[in-house]
Formats: sequence, structure tokens, C-alpha cells
Amino acid sequence: MTRDISRRSMLKGTAAVGAASALPMMPFAAEAADEIIVGGLHDLSGFLDFAGIPMNQIMLMAIEEINAGGGLLGKKVVGQVYDPQTNMSMYSQYATQLALKDKASVVMGGITSASRETIRPILHRYKTLYFYNTLYEGGVCDRNEITLGTTPAQTVEKLVPYTMGLWGKKVYTIAADYNYGQITAAWVKRYVEQNGGEVVSTDFFPLDVTNFGPTISKIQSAKPDMVMSVLVGTGHLGFYNQWAAAGMKNEIPIASTTFGAGGAEIEIIKPEVANGIISCYGYYPSVDTPENKEWVAKVNKRYPDKTPLLTELSEFTWEGMMIWADAVRTAGSLDRMKLIEVMESGKVYTMPSGQCSIDPITHHAIRDVYIADLQDKKFVIKEKFSQVQPADTQLVCDLKKNPNANKHYEISLE
Amino acid sequence: MDYSLVVAIELLRAVAGLVLIATGLAIIFGMMRVINIAHGEFMMLGGYTVVLTTKLGVNIWVAILVLAPLAVGLFGIIVERCIIQHLYGRIIDSLLATWGLSLFLIGFVTVVFGNTLEGVSTPFGGFAIGQYKIAIYSLFLILAAAAFIASVFFALKYTKSGLIARATMQNPDMVESLGVNSKIVYMTTFGIGAAFSGLAGGLLAPISGVVPGMGVNFIGQAFITVVTGGAAVVAGTLSASSVLGSISQAVTFAAGPVYGDATLLFVALILLRLLPRGITGRIFTRSI
Amino acid sequence: MLSKVSKDWAGAGFVTTIGLAILIFVPILFDLFEVLQMTQYVVLSLFALSLAYIWGYGGILSFGQAGFFGLGGYTYAVAAINMGQTTVPFLMAIGLCALFAAALGYFMFYGRLNDVYLGVVTLVVTLILWKLINHTAGPEYSIGEARLGGFNGIPSIPIMTLPWQPDMEMEPGQMFQYFMAILIGVYVLLHVLIKSKFGRVAISIRENEVRTGLLGYDVRLYKLGIFTIGGAIGGAAGAMWATYQTFIDPNSFSLEVSAKCLIWVMAGGVGTLFGPIVGVIGLQYLSLKLGETDLINNLIILGTILMFLVLLLPKGIFPSFQDLMQWLWRRVGGSGGERTP
Repeated sequence: MTRDISRRSMLKGTAAVGAASALPMMPFAAEAADEIIVGGLHDLSGFLDFAGIPMNQIMLMAIEEINAGGGLLGKKVVGQVYDPQTNMSMYSQYATQLALKDKASVVMGGITSASRETIRPILHRYKTLYFYNTLYEGGVCDRNEITLGTTPAQTVEKLVPYTMGLWGKKVYTIAADYNYGQITAAWVKRYVEQNGGEVVSTDFFPLDVTNFGPTISKIQSAKPDMVMSVLVGTGHLGFYNQWAAAGMKNEIPIASTTFGAGGAEIEIIKPEVANGIISCYGYYPSVDTPENKEWVAKVNKRYPDKTPLLTELSEFTWEGMMIWADAVRTAGSLDRMKLIEVMESGKVYTMPSGQCSIDPITHHAIRDVYIADLQDKKFVIKEKFSQVQPADTQLVCDLKKNPNANKHYEISLE
Repeated sequence: MDYSLVVAIELLRAVAGLVLIATGLAIIFGMMRVINIAHGEFMMLGGYTVVLTTKLGVNIWVAILVLAPLAVGLFGIIVERCIIQHLYGRIIDSLLATWGLSLFLIGFVTVVFGNTLEGVSTPFGGFAIGQYKIAIYSLFLILAAAAFIASVFFALKYTKSGLIARATMQNPDMVESLGVNSKIVYMTTFGIGAAFSGLAGGLLAPISGVVPGMGVNFIGQAFITVVTGGAAVVAGTLSASSVLGSISQAVTFAAGPVYGDATLLFVALILLRLLPRGITGRIFTRSI
Repeated sequence: MLSKVSKDWAGAGFVTTIGLAILIFVPILFDLFEVLQMTQYVVLSLFALSLAYIWGYGGILSFGQAGFFGLGGYTYAVAAINMGQTTVPFLMAIGLCALFAAALGYFMFYGRLNDVYLGVVTLVVTLILWKLINHTAGPEYSIGEARLGGFNGIPSIPIMTLPWQPDMEMEPGQMFQYFMAILIGVYVLLHVLIKSKFGRVAISIRENEVRTGLLGYDVRLYKLGIFTIGGAIGGAAGAMWATYQTFIDPNSFSLEVSAKCLIWVMAGGVGTLFGPIVGVIGLQYLSLKLGETDLINNLIILGTILMFLVLLLPKGIFPSFQDLMQWLWRRVGGSGGERTP
């Protein structure tokens, strides 16, 4: 008995030594002086992978094109891709790794606001340039970040009057119950009222709700002219099917600030259910310009199978890469401040999505937005608005006055 | 008057929903004390079976009612043989192993089928109650849930196999000495539980988004319903689903889904506090 | 001949010595990034210890340990933002979690809840917390100056300072040492507790609750005590996590975090204190490395590893390692050879 216990304690000790010596010994980062590292932090597994995988594919395609043109400053551009697996602490670790160990010159990444807010302060602290390319609720004020994603003032502000003009003034809002959903719903209310309409009700749904029966009955009882959907995630996809199942498809039309943004929804939900949903984004694959047609063809050629879904998210990732590369060439250096100054200079870029430039006051994009009607998995563009300002973020952020700002403001609509 | 009818149907629909997603888990947990965390993924596999076979032209009813349970039931038997059979009596180990299985299945389905598979639309259409319209499919789901409960009850109480199954769960040694191969009983029971999960997934496929991660939305509610119900498979699932489903749906009508959701959790909490062995630990103790 | 008791302590002492060596030498030998990595392992190890203790030495299987983790993190965040210092907030986080654990424990144990039913109650409570916090996105949801932030969480959490020195924010190396000291301290304290009368009654409750009750011990009170200690440790880990990441979000309350904790303890070895630490380091490191490669979907790999772990190493990594060592020892030294350190 005694023998066993002492052996056990001896073994515990031995194991401790073993474990301690097995502690992660990070291999030295092979720092080739003739390489420029671009960091990619997109979810390649987990429930956001349908958004992250196309963004990553486009980023890698952009790197290939840059290298085909001779690289930057005579050096080859290399992508360092990490998969945060839709896990915030992984995001935080990889961001730190990119900044400190890999010494990346720029990082593209983050999909949800939560993931962005995890990595933005880290990249700010370690002075690594960061591009956020996903649509969100607005309010980021950080000179180290270039935010190409659209904000409600750019999209919702156009969507609301357009659909109200088409359908009527009574709106019923259904939204996901978290920051993006709540803020966007607040913006919807403001714009509806500004245009002389009325929001009959705003219902919030936790992200894992799958049964929408009661809400559909309530909508029927309220008899709105249209439903504004700010639903997010796979649990909420059921709404559209249940709506059609209850025979409501041709009764009340739906507009959405999220449907189709990630691209997966239009594939998963059948056309007879999804047709007629009107949305407003900064990019659609059906944008009718020579630049876009050429770009779409390029993407299809590069990825003939597993073609990435082309949405705001993936196209803005392309924009981010190209704008960064252009800044490097113009500044002739990788110095972060020089690059920022080039991008703040108001230069207008021609991209597949149209014209865009970086607003020096907020580091958000001034860009073209489009309104489109979804028909048989294709977006038919109805209207275009040029050079829309990120007015909501401009309310709270002035990087000229506060160049050291490092905050995400939640824009209050009181 | 119309509105009350609508509310009543929606309440039944919510109860039916819980019955559907919980029955498979209840069979496996109630009869075998195995915590199958991969239950949500079994449902997902049922959903995918329906989506894939209808794409190939199979009639949707055949896909939902025949192929989904068959495919997932067979898969369940394979899982039982390879993994579960080593873990009887080890309730916590079964948790960990099935958690691993659940992750594996999500990853596997994502890789093989992708996560943008086109779903199926809902059969039937709507029917009107006054100024309201309800999906006929909701009524179908209520019927399906009733069929679930009835079939399990009937099988367990009135058939010889049901008797053998119940006996094996209570005293495997005695049953072995009476000439029954308990391994086969375990295997079949797990397979049937899996089949029910697959069928539930297939039934819900037309009204959900069929994606690899869809199981995650169901596992929490299923687990809570089963444990709150207690050890009896039929009575437990039925009573827990009725209480939790109707109360939370009623609150949803009154105050919105946020509160409805929270109410389900609070009610479960109170029930467990008052009835620490689940509902059928104290009430209806001798039932099936 | 060393007494039985001191041999028990030899093992713990050995681990503690190694721990102290790590504490002293790591910030010197490793660079910033690695020190940050290891700080993470230290915090999560503390979190795993909380479950390892209540489960392995008290028989309480909690599916909701994340509740204390998140609560500790949020308490620290809100208090630190409002108070401008960090020492009291840290203590508040521990205290509040202990209180919450006591209340929840009272609710559960005095209601005679057991095994899986208890697990579900802890799960439900954590789910409720998660849903509640997720809902708090608007500006009206603030405590003092700290906005709860809903799904996005609370950013810019003040970095912990040296105790009672509000101006001296800890640098990463210091934070590592401070947290490591806490981990070692808790490890030693738990060992003391386990070997004490309280601990022995706890183990007896784990083995056979009815018999222990019949022997005259108030089982509910002991379980309450164990659960409260576990809650306090979990809360401390949560506060440390909040300041390490300078960010806390509802994900810390999530089912995923509770599940990970269970997996660390199980994989590492229930019934030991050191095993779960091995579990933390092993699995976290694995996840990190998996995310760096693109070959196979990470969930497939992680899932397969978990299944193999349960089937092949049912006791967990550490006890299996111990068994292996024992087997080798017997081969090498023969059944008679026995050397005491």
C-alpha cells in the first residue's frame, strides 16, 4: 500500500518534468527578408465557415495576382492563413501571433463584430495594419484599421425609402437579438419614421430560435405593408421556409439587411421561397461594369470548382488587398504610417464594386451601393447610389482630431 | 375566436416540436443511460438524407418517412457497434465520446457536402382561419409527434420485443439467462433511437435551414426536455414537452421570443428543483 | 522510512517545485509571444482545476462551470472600469462567484438533485446567464460606466496591476508570474484541503453518498462547501481571463466553454489535480496547431481525437501515463525494486 502511494507520487513528479519539457517550443519563424507577410484571419471551420472560406480564397487569389505582377517593392507577398474556428480566444491568439511572431505587414480578417473587437485592439497595440471587410453596425474609430464593410447609414438608409416607396408605409421588423440586430433595427425605425412611415412592431429573436410560428401569426394580425428582416444565422433561415409554408409568400413582401450578405442563404433557401426579397449592399455579382465582369470571370477561372460565393464580404477582401498593395507601391515602403497617409489622401479606386475611396475622418469606405431584387438565385439590380458616405460613423468619430482613438462606439439613437 | 384557435394550434405545434426532437434522445438515454451528445447531428443527418435524396428525384414523403430514419438508424447501429458498446455504465465517457462524434460529423458533412446545399421547400401550403394563415405542415407535425409517442408506447407496452427491451434495461443478466442476447437488444435499441432522431431531422428539414451545424440548435432543448421528463421514455417526454412547450410558447405570444426562450429554461429549473428525478421520478413513476 | 503522509506530499512538492521553476525562468527564457501563450494556459488550468476539484474530489458533475468563469470575468470588468483600480475588483469577482455558487448550491443540494439532473440544472443556469447577457446590447444596459455590450462584450478591460499599486500595470512577464503564483497557490491549497478532514469526507461523499450521510455527516453542507470553493476558483480564473484578453464576451458563459472544461478534465484524468492541467495544455495547443494547417477540417480531427481518447485512454491522459510509467517501472526495477526519492 505504502509502496503504491510513493510510486504514484514519484510518477507524478516524473510526469511533471515530462509535461514541462513538452511545453510548446515555438519553432523560429523563418524570417525571409525578401518576403512580405499578409495575415489572414477568417473562419475556415465552425458555423461561420461559409463566410470565411470565400474571403480567404479571394485573399489568396489577390496575393497570387500581386506576385504575378512582380510582387511589391521587389519582394514576394506571402499569405499566412490561420483558422480561428469561430472561436474568440483563437482569434485573439492568432492576431497576437501574426503581430509578434510572423511580423505581418497587414492583416485581413474578422467577420462578426465580436471577432473584430477581439483582434482590433491587439493589432492596434502592436501596430499592425488591419483591414475589416465585413458589413456591420458602424462606429469603429481606430486609425490602425481600414473599414471597408458597409454600415447602416450606407445601406439601410437607402433600402428603407426604396421599399417603402414600392410597398407602403407600415413596416414590421424582425431582428436577431444581439448588437448588430438591435442597432440595425433602431436605424430601420429612424429611417422609416424619417420617411413618414411607421414601424408597427420590432420583434427580437435569440440566435438559436428555430420556430417562428407565433411571430408569423402576429405579423398576420398586424397587417403591415412589408416585413424588414434583420435575421442572422442558420437558426433563422427557418423563418423564410415557415413564412412560405404558411402561404404568406405572396401576401406581404420582405426586405432584408442580411439575406444574401454571406451568400449561403440564397443557395440554401429555394428560389420559390426567396424570390422577391429586396436588399441593399455595396456589391453584387451582377453589378454591370466591365471591371466586375472581368473580375467575376477571373474568379471563376481561378476556382472552377468550389467557386467562392461572391458577396460584399469576399469582394471587399479583394478591395482591401488591392488598396493596400497600391498604397505600398505609391509610398514605396511598408511603413505603416506612410501607407495610412496614402490611403487617407482621398484617392478614388475603381473596383469591381464601383468607385470607392477611404474617408480620412473615419477610415471607412465612401462607396457605391446597390439595391437588388433576388430572382432565381440572381440579384437583379434596381438602383445604384454613388459615393455614399458612412454618415453614422462620422457622427461619432473624427480621426483628424483624435488620431489616437481606439474604440468602437455604439451609436446611440436616442 | 380565430386568434385563440391559432394560439392553440401554435401551442400544440411547440409541444410537438419538443416531442419530435426529444424522443430519439429519450429512447437512448431513458433505456440505456447513454448521453448521446451527437443526437443533434443524427437529426442533421436525417435532414441531409431528405435534401440529398429529393435532389436525386425521390418523392419527398418517401425521403422523410422511409429513407431518413432508415439511413440514420443504420448509421446508429454502426456507431453503437464501434463506440457505444464499450461505454455502457460509463455515463460520462459516453458524453465525451459522443461529443467527439458530433464534432466529427459536423466536419465530415461540411467537407463532403459543403455548407450551401439547397434545401427543400415545405409541402402543402397554408390554410386560413379567419384572417390568419397557418402552415398545414404544422398540423402534420402535430400528427407526426402523436404518432411518435403512440408507436413507442405501443411497441414498449404491447409487443414482445418491447418487453424484452424493457427487461434488458432493467436486468441484463437475468434476460441473458433467459436466452436473450442482450448485445443485440442494445444495438437495436440504439438504432431505433437513432432512427427516430433521423426521422425528426427529416420532418424538420422543410422548415429549417439544412446546414451541417443545424443540430447545435436542437441539442440543448432536447437534452433539457429529456432530463426534465425523467426516466420513463414515453410519459417523461410527453409530460416534459407539454409543460415546457406550452408555457414557453404562451409567453412567446405574450412577450416575444426572448422571454419565451428564457421561460423554458426557468420552468425546467423549477421543475428539476421540485422533482429532482425528473417529472416521472415522482409522478407517473411506474409508467413507460 | 518516510511516513506515508510525507510520501503523498513528495509528489505534490515535486510538482510545486517544477511550477516555481517555471514561474521564475519562463519570462527570462522565452519571448513575449510565448509568455503570452503560456499565461493563457495558466489561466485555463486554474479554470480546469475548479472543475477537477468539485468533480474528482467531490463527485459533483457540473455542466455549467462556464457560468462562474463568465461571471468572474464580467464582475472584474465592470468593477475595474468603474473603480479605476484592479485589486478590489479581483477580490469582488472571487467573492461574487462564491456567493453565486453558494446560492446555486443551496438550490440544488438542498433539493437533493443528483448526477445528471444536477448537471442539467447547472447547464440551464449557465444558458440563462448566456441569453441574458447576449440581450444587453443597448446603452441602457450599463452598470455605472461599464456598458455590458451584449454579444460584443466589454472591450478595453483594465490590465491588472500589482496588488494595491494602482499605477503599476503588470507587464506580460509579471502577469505570467503573478498568475502562475496563484495557480501554484491554489494547487497547494487544494492538496491541503483534500488531505484534510473536509477533503476526506468529500471523497467519501463522492464514493457513497448515502453511507456518508448515514454516518452522520451533513452531505448537503459538504457539497455546498465544495461547490462554493469550485465557484470561487472558477470566478478567479474568469477575472484573470478578462484581464489577460482585455476583453470579455458572452462566449465565456457558453456551452462550448463548459464542454471544453469537461473535456480537459476528462482527457487529463478525473480524480487528479495535475491531469486536467495536462489536458488544458495538450488540447489548447492542439487546437492552435490545427488552425495553422488547412489539410483537413479541424472538427474532423478534434472529434476523432476525442473518440480515440475515450476508447483507448479511458482514464484520461495523465492516469494512463501514470499506469504506463508503473508498467515500465515494474519491467525495469522488478517487483521488489522500490526507491523513494
